Amino acid sequence: MSAVLFFIAAIGAITGAVGVVMLRNPFYSVLALAFHLVSLAALFLLLRAEFVAAAQVIVYAGAVMVLYVFVVAYIGGGEQLTSGGVLRVLGPLFALALAIELCIAMLGAGLSGVSSKGAPYIPGFGTPAHIGTLFLTTYLYPFEIASILLLAAAVGAVVLARRRRGLEPDEDVEARIEAPRPAWTGTMAEAGGIRVPVQEGWPGTADGERVGTTGQPNQEGGW
Amino acid sequence: MNIGWYLVVSAIVFCIGAGGVLVRRNPLVVLLCLELMLNGANLSLVAFARMWGNQSGQIFALIVMVVAACEVTVGLGLVVAIYRRRLPIDVDELNELKG
Repeated sequence: MSAVLFFIAAIGAITGAVGVVMLRNPFYSVLALAFHLVSLAALFLLLRAEFVAAAQVIVYAGAVMVLYVFVVAYIGGGEQLTSGGVLRVLGPLFALALAIELCIAMLGAGLSGVSSKGAPYIPGFGTPAHIGTLFLTTYLYPFEIASILLLAAAVGAVVLARRRRGLEPDEDVEARIEAPRPAWTGTMAEAGGIRVPVQEGWPGTADGERVGTTGQPNQEGGW
Repeated sequence: MNIGWYLVVSAIVFCIGAGGVLVRRNPLVVLLCLELMLNGANLSLVAFARMWGNQSGQIFALIVMVVAACEVTVGLGLVVAIYRRRLPIDVDELNELKG
């Protein structure tokens, strides 16, 4: 029974992984990765890692995939984006060589544990209670560092993806800054409703429009 | 099932991810392939935890998942920033940091 489940989950995981690499549309790649993650969670369950499997489904296949789907929907995709040239040929060859090498290294190492079914089962192995106890006792420092890392990543993502001002020149604001304005406007004197002495040649001083906003006659230095 | 079978599956998944990182040019898909590599490593960590009957490997796998989530967040933020600046979304074109 466990062998059947293992082969179903393993074939699902490898199929999903191949789909991520092969599919042209990034959206379908994301869906293939979600399928791969769920299959991998089944493998984790077979290895008696219940909490890791639950976290995999909830965090990865739930939250992270939703983030991916949002970004793919925002950016759009569907271009054919496989690289031409040397890497197109060398990449799969490199991957194949790496796979063979890893298999030789792990299976040919002669570790007696590799060809066994694993250590005898302890009741409660991999349950949230045991994992939580380990996190809060032995592995307290990694736990806290992970939380700080998550906070830093959240702040960094907001800073990176926010809408910046000033990256591209804003013509509207620049036109407003460059436009000539009448003399003494935009100053404290104008706000105080003070008539200022008009000199020849200033812009916007044609016919006595510099009378204060309250309509009062000219007062010098009232503020 | 023997532990060796799980290790073989993890090696295959890791290598598919590595090949995808080399072949694909869309940064979104490159991030997805990085996820594949991390998941392959996770599977072998959990398999070794089962082999030794020791839960520390599962803790390690959970920490790897946290780091992967952080990496995805920052990477997708970068992709969105690239898109906002109307730059080409292609890792071969974005080579300004190449030494």
